[in-house]
Amino acid sequence: MTNTLKNLTLKVWRQDGPNTSGSFETHTIEEITDEASFLEMIDILNERLIEDGEEAIVFDHDCREGICGTCSLMINGQAHGPERGTATCQLHMRKFSSGDTIVIEPWRASAFPIIRDLMVDRSSFDRIVEAGGYITAATGGAPDANLIPVPKPVSDAAMDAAQCIGCGACVAACPNGAANLFTAAKITHLNLLPQGQAERYSRAEDMVETMDSYFGSCTNHGECEAACPKEISIDVIALMNADYRKAKVQNRKQLSRT
Amino acid sequence: MSSILDSKTPEGPLADKWQNFKANEKLVNPANKRKFKVIVVGTGLAGASAAATLAELGYQVDAFTFHDSPRRAHSIAAQGGINAAKNYRGDGDSVHRLFYDTIKGGDFRSRESNVHRLAEVSVNIIDQMVAQGVPFAREYGGMLDNRSFGGAQVSRTFYARGQTGQQLLLGAYQQLARQIGQGGVRLFNRSELVDVVVIEGRAAGIVVRDLMTGELSSHSAHAVVLATGGYGNAFFLSTNAMACNVTAAWRAHKRGAFFANPCYTQIHPTCIPQSDDFQSKLTLMSESLRNDGRVWVPKVAGDNREPHLIPEDERDYYLERLYPSFGNLAPRDISSRAAKRAVDAGQGVGPKQNGVYLDFGEAIGRLGRDTVAERYGNLFDMYERITGENPYDVPMRIYPASHYTMGGLWVDYELMTTIPGLYAAGEANFSDHGANRLGASALMQGLSDGYFVLPYTISNYLSEWLNKSVPDTSHPEFAKVENEARDRYNRFASVGGTRSPDWFHRELGKIIWDYCGMERTEAGLEKALGEIPALYEEFKKDLRVTGGTDGLNQTLEKAGRVEDFFELGMLMCRDALDRKESCGGHFRAEYQTEEGEALRDDDNFAHVAAWENTGDPMAPNRHVEDLVYEEVHFQTRSYK
Amino acid sequence: MSQTFQRGPVTGTAVKKRSRRKPFLVDYYSTAVGKKYVMAITGIIGVAFIIGHMVGNLKAYLGVIEHNGEQVYDIDVYGEFLRELLVPILPHGYALWGLRLLLIGAVVLHLHAAWSLTMLNRNARPVKYQGARDYQIANFASRTMRWSGVLVLVFIAWHLADLTWGWLNPGFEYGAIYRNLDASLSRIPVAALYIAANIALGIHLFHGVWSLFQSMGWNNPRFNRWRKGIATGIAAAVVVGNVSFPIMTLAGVISFQPLS
Repeated sequence: MTNTLKNLTLKVWRQDGPNTSGSFETHTIEEITDEASFLEMIDILNERLIEDGEEAIVFDHDCREGICGTCSLMINGQAHGPERGTATCQLHMRKFSSGDTIVIEPWRASAFPIIRDLMVDRSSFDRIVEAGGYITAATGGAPDANLIPVPKPVSDAAMDAAQCIGCGACVAACPNGAANLFTAAKITHLNLLPQGQAERYSRAEDMVETMDSYFGSCTNHGECEAACPKEISIDVIALMNADYRKAKVQNRKQLSRT
Repeated sequence: MSSILDSKTPEGPLADKWQNFKANEKLVNPANKRKFKVIVVGTGLAGASAAATLAELGYQVDAFTFHDSPRRAHSIAAQGGINAAKNYRGDGDSVHRLFYDTIKGGDFRSRESNVHRLAEVSVNIIDQMVAQGVPFAREYGGMLDNRSFGGAQVSRTFYARGQTGQQLLLGAYQQLARQIGQGGVRLFNRSELVDVVVIEGRAAGIVVRDLMTGELSSHSAHAVVLATGGYGNAFFLSTNAMACNVTAAWRAHKRGAFFANPCYTQIHPTCIPQSDDFQSKLTLMSESLRNDGRVWVPKVAGDNREPHLIPEDERDYYLERLYPSFGNLAPRDISSRAAKRAVDAGQGVGPKQNGVYLDFGEAIGRLGRDTVAERYGNLFDMYERITGENPYDVPMRIYPASHYTMGGLWVDYELMTTIPGLYAAGEANFSDHGANRLGASALMQGLSDGYFVLPYTISNYLSEWLNKSVPDTSHPEFAKVENEARDRYNRFASVGGTRSPDWFHRELGKIIWDYCGMERTEAGLEKALGEIPALYEEFKKDLRVTGGTDGLNQTLEKAGRVEDFFELGMLMCRDALDRKESCGGHFRAEYQTEEGEALRDDDNFAHVAAWENTGDPMAPNRHVEDLVYEEVHFQTRSYK
Repeated sequence: MSQTFQRGPVTGTAVKKRSRRKPFLVDYYSTAVGKKYVMAITGIIGVAFIIGHMVGNLKAYLGVIEHNGEQVYDIDVYGEFLRELLVPILPHGYALWGLRLLLIGAVVLHLHAAWSLTMLNRNARPVKYQGARDYQIANFASRTMRWSGVLVLVFIAWHLADLTWGWLNPGFEYGAIYRNLDASLSRIPVAALYIAANIALGIHLFHGVWSLFQSMGWNNPRFNRWRKGIATGIAAAVVVGNVSFPIMTLAGVISFQPLS
């Protein structure tokens, strides 16, 4: 059941700060059980580094259950590593074999500047949500929850999109560094629901334009869908594109009324 | 027992107390609200909802999170659901029944008035979250779906697949994002609270460390809200996120806030057992699995045959045997202890003999593989990802793990700690859960505090300060606290020992888990109270933090958090030692019934133990707040 | 430490400082999503032309017909027909020029959008991954769009110089389409160029046609699975149709004989 992997070579990106240049640093893991998670392997390496008086490798991680979206890492050229539908924190060493060389890099995009080593700043995602990724419903004035029925298929489709954990794998995997999957998932979640209709078009316009100011453009490669730990479909991008197009007309109409 | 703790419970019959409070509290008029600044630390369910709502009301809000984004808070990992007394099923639910279930589930160790208020506002939470676009599960008619959860006889749990916490947190985060976008909230991300500043007996602000630059900075405000979560990571291995810590609550405690019931910790029965010594965390498998899975161990200790080779009559389905009426669905604390006993008796299974089986063989036979996959497919996939074993073919292995902490900062009815102007919300306060929390109640409490309680109660305090000046960051106390924090970090960086903070954390966690975990004894707790200070001394001498105090240094951050766990660990053991009874999550082996069930001592311990810091972590002062029950009567929990 | 991040509170990020609205189309085109929309629409125009062009050229296989009492090549008649399009309403050649202008406009916009999106995408990841990428879905077609596009563009220039303006066509005769075709494609290197260019065009269409459904926001769960099929079908039809001309010319099926 439990196997031991031997002689793994890790090539880990080390970089002191956002404006310094970095390089790969090679470490050898002589032995590790395949029960270990990928991040536990880095934990062990870090503990060894500290004992040797060196600085630990900086990387983002938190819940280790694949839901908080804090972990990242480009592992052997794939965002979140080789297992589909899995965030790095849930990737286990049994996906690798003895003697493997594993290249670990931070996510790269101009909107995700490297803070240090493998840690990047993903605040640009927050800016997109702040632009319109919400339903304005001030606390206290909500009507009864069952007042507006939501057809189950609609609710399920909204939930499919709402599962996004905001990890940024879509941007990391995209050959163009585009954030369309992230933005579209949020737009789709809110625009499908009846509660989201009042702000549907202002949301689409504001979020898309904010996204535009940070990220590249979608050329429909589909890499984001493959990298997404929640396997969100790129169909949401088509929905966003349609809503953005309609928004350009609708919002002008609204504006001309005021 | 005399008490200096004033719970400020409003007058009137229990059901009217919250209404009475709202009718009589002091308000701040809308134009004056912008004169007040409130600091909210933490952006989980309680923090994000509080910050967003306070900003909506017009207060100036500064929100702090040590994550890169408010959306990362660990509320996101809650799976099961959120309770609300909506009675959409028409199955006899009511505010009173939710109130009563919560009190009973908490083993009669919670404050009646708080719990009743929680049950009252539970209804508003669902309305609010739906209005914000949380995609709760629906029925085909478009109405909200419910499921039932442990400790209740009605279906009142609302859920969004297995990701209810995620969807609720994102809902609250989106409201917070709206306020940030519109300028109502100032967000400080990757900023960790390192101390609370108290001036003239009132919370004046906080000192934070910018995790990216290492800079310390002071922030003053009229009121400070700590919504910084629980301390389950004291055990090192828990289902909490890696960064969860007690630092904010502990710093407040050291500055004068009382810490209540630290020994009340919840151990969740269905987690994946530890697989090796360097494991970093434990993963929860939803409690819902126990609806169809059967828990068993081999009858003979040390039987290490493959599970399918163990015949039926050599298996011990111990939950079904001991608790025939609830069977595999016995409450969390009871199932956890039963598993521990089996493992302690040498009947544990798996490579390290540290688990029990949760077997779906019978369910697959009865329902078919497809139905089982439909119900639990996601969880089975997750289990396989982590263990490499396929639960359709091999029984799952599970073992209890630390999951939630009922204890926390003592707060009054208004959620204010013993430091005026310092509030605690969500898991960070000692809360409404008594000695044991029911499933699907944590989300309810976090949102209740943040959306519907704090925004009301805070004006009662702030109104006193209208047009009065409060000290700003130029006050020398801020500089003093900043310097203390700087010295502390410099101290960590300069010990120059040999062990990493993680190493100490792991060792500390083992002591706390062994002696202050699922089962506690006087001797064990005494032993822990000897070992923890010894390890703490070693920590001070043998810690190694590489890298400097400027700039990003995760090792340094960790050192600060571990140090606070040391002191907390002592308090947990002290509290567990002094509470000479068993109740809820606190099980003292000396106090049990003949059948091995928890034996409460209502005559002597129907109170909250709130600890005051004296400067010596080994000698805190114990204060009590007596729990007066007007509505409910003590009962023995029985799930036979 | 070289931490130069702008640190401090974040607030008011969505407070609008919107200047006066630009004219609708300019406003729309100024975003990447709008540019992709323009890419898609101009792409549709291009695809419509390419299919029409290919189908029209199939007339070459009809050889000689009798037209107004004369023996002529059918495709030459077709060429004249295009110039005569809408003639009683518009003067000779106007309708064709209208279509040409539309096409030129589409190509120019397509190019401009492609250029600016490429620049945007370059800036979105100024530092490339230093290790090798392992693509999962992105295929050869999707990753070489700009190269297949450039190839097609160069080919179009050659093609115009060859069969429209006649500069590169030995003994070019205006309006004698069948003759010019044979004269050009009988040259083996030229035939090879046509084949290669049309394969590049097919690759471009394979991703482009699928992609335009996404960019246009044509998304319907019932039909989504057909989108790849439609793209493959169109790309294959265009390649087979267009590649057949050089091959059939070399094979002697298309072979010009002077008519009386």
